[in-house]
Amino acid sequence: MAGRTAPVVLAGERVLPVQEALAPLLAEGGLRRGSVLMVGAGPGFAGAGATSLALALLAGPSAAGSWCAVVGEVPSLGVAAAAEVGVALERFPLVAVPAAARPGVWASVVATLLDAFDVVLAWPPPHLRAAEARRLVARTRERSSVLVLGAGPGRWPERCEVSLMVAGSEWVGLGRGHGMLAGRRLEVVATGPRAAARERRVRLWLPPPPSRSPQASEEVFRQGGAEPLGSAVAR
Amino acid sequence: MRATRLAVMWCPDWPVVAAGQEEGGGGPVVVLDHGRVLAASAAARAAGVRRGLRRRQAEGRCPGLVVLAHDPGRDARAFEPLVAAIESTVSPSVEILRPGLCALVSRGPSRRLGGDAALAEEVRRVAGAAVATGPAATGPTATGPTAGVVVRVGVADGRLAATQAARHGPHGVVVGPGQSAAFLAPLPVSTVAADLQGRPGLADLLLRLGIRTLGELAALPAASVLARFGPEGLTAHRLACGLDDQPLAARPVPPAMDVTLELDPPPERIETVAFAARALAVELCEAMASRGLACTCVRVEAETEHGDRVARRWRQDTGGQAGAAALAERVRWQLEGWLTATGGITRLTLVPEEVRADLGRQLGFWGGDRAVGDRAARALARVQGLLGPDAVVTATLTGGRRVGDQARLVPWGEPPPARAAGRPSWPGRVPPPAPARLHAPPLAVEVVDSGGTAVGLSGRGTATAGPARVSVAGSPWCDVVAWAGPWPLDERWWDSTARHRRGHWQVLTADGIARLLVLEAGRWWAEATYD
Repeated sequence: MAGRTAPVVLAGERVLPVQEALAPLLAEGGLRRGSVLMVGAGPGFAGAGATSLALALLAGPSAAGSWCAVVGEVPSLGVAAAAEVGVALERFPLVAVPAAARPGVWASVVATLLDAFDVVLAWPPPHLRAAEARRLVARTRERSSVLVLGAGPGRWPERCEVSLMVAGSEWVGLGRGHGMLAGRRLEVVATGPRAAARERRVRLWLPPPPSRSPQASEEVFRQGGAEPLGSAVAR
Repeated sequence: MRATRLAVMWCPDWPVVAAGQEEGGGGPVVVLDHGRVLAASAAARAAGVRRGLRRRQAEGRCPGLVVLAHDPGRDARAFEPLVAAIESTVSPSVEILRPGLCALVSRGPSRRLGGDAALAEEVRRVAGAAVATGPAATGPTATGPTAGVVVRVGVADGRLAATQAARHGPHGVVVGPGQSAAFLAPLPVSTVAADLQGRPGLADLLLRLGIRTLGELAALPAASVLARFGPEGLTAHRLACGLDDQPLAARPVPPAMDVTLELDPPPERIETVAFAARALAVELCEAMASRGLACTCVRVEAETEHGDRVARRWRQDTGGQAGAAALAERVRWQLEGWLTATGGITRLTLVPEEVRADLGRQLGFWGGDRAVGDRAARALARVQGLLGPDAVVTATLTGGRRVGDQARLVPWGEPPPARAAGRPSWPGRVPPPAPARLHAPPLAVEVVDSGGTAVGLSGRGTATAGPARVSVAGSPWCDVVAWAGPWPLDERWWDSTARHRRGHWQVLTADGIARLLVLEAGRWWAEATYD
């Protein structure tokens, strides 16, 4: 009944807001309901910011009141980092799917969560069947949720609207035996079919150095006296 | 209009008595809830320990104090034999207000026993005997806290007056019929605060408006109180007048409202039954809410595999947001009380005994945020059904020095861990930003200096050399671009078994990965990655 009588969803509500720094990566300036996104690391950048990027993607909807769920990676996901980036932990349940469970169990858990949650972040297991992935894509569209896939042990066999890849990572604040990790300059490339076909490349702070907004320009930070490090990063 | 005449039995400091029964030991004992003293034994009270003190204040006043954590389930388990004894000898209609406090309608039994004073005496005798023959008091010398259990009984019109009567005098007092309002009049207005959970600040507000005693509140016209303070104000006014908190139910319970659950085969673990009971409590609350009702008294009935039937009444308001969770918690306590005594449970029924119109809050026209939260809760319950109750967790930040301690994961539906008041600073903790990926268990790492020898930590907490190359979990060596550390951390040095002496390093390698490395007892570990 509520579904039948509810007013038409306005165009603005079809897009979930994201943090300002991430908006240029997405064609509509936010997460379009019903879409599937992939967040990963480009070649040579595994472990250099993909998880933080996925959490930052959830922070915008979470701050706006949406419920976000996580499937997989349960004891290992840094919940404190999620809270730091702006995810509301009271609307952020985490589901542990046992490693021994069949991929079908993972798919049905994700499908159940897509029914109720605005954003679901999940890491596909190995040997996920294409039919199950297709069903999840259809479910996401039907339920107007957003499915964010992390780069995990398994490969996502279906297409996805946007894929965000980390293509550069530069830490500041850490010296040779002094200082501490303060902020990271992350370079992210967004690609996808159709509307997202044009490659978008954005440099953003994640995490931002203390007392800087994520948009703070590198020049401003350099004037503060800190030396950017990690320039030996492979490119 | 007169309130029901009730006898209320109260055991002061019941959490301490219950803890003493299960864990033994006399002497000064306190039970702590959320970091504050909830109950203290007589010895601790004699040393100046009072309810509401912080742990350190209490330990400072009474050296050698035994501190126990609060466990409502334990309280309910220990209370069950008392209720069972009263039910079998005095009156069949006992209702539990909370563990340590129960009420019974006094009219029938006091006629049979020859007056209210005789009834109070009988309840005290039966309850005292039940405690003395309790499971733990049968030791060679019953000198634990159970030996000194105080049972107080008050008889009066209305629940508030009867509860307060139990708190007066060494054994409680009997307030004559029609005298309740006069008995309550001199008491401070904060007495009703515990009955106004929907609006905790109301008692304070009344106080600031100059209404200090229940008598002054009762003297106000009821209509004005309702207009100014809403339904909670009216409840407070009714209580202050010595009436029941709800008008006598002119609304019969519809017959189809009780909910039943068959358990076949009878589960062996209490968690399984409790998990099922939670769904049952939610079902009951939703059925009531769909008719605009909330119940104030619920009967929990169970049938065991031997065909025994047990039932117990709990007074618990299921209105409002936390209603179903609170009801589920009480059902769980009751089940724990029964499981120790009887066999496996095959059937569980919740029967609403008293209902009231739910004055709850107005929902948004299209469902609103409440509907979203409910939908999420239902989806998570289904996932729990699929993967087991522990598979779904929520996180709360608890604070700690190591990265793994900074958040605690609790199964969905269980109460979050107690939060320390304020925001402790945790000196010596790993500085922010927090790493996005923790390694549990930590990965074994090898760290060498430019000469190829392993880096170590000196007794004074300094590194023997700067790290030059790192190999994580057997992977090829990778050059260190930048590092900071060691940040020494010596935790729980007073406890030889739980002591941790370690150094933390932040290390950035040439492949662009920043890690948090730990050196403990001569071995290197990668505890987290700043992914």
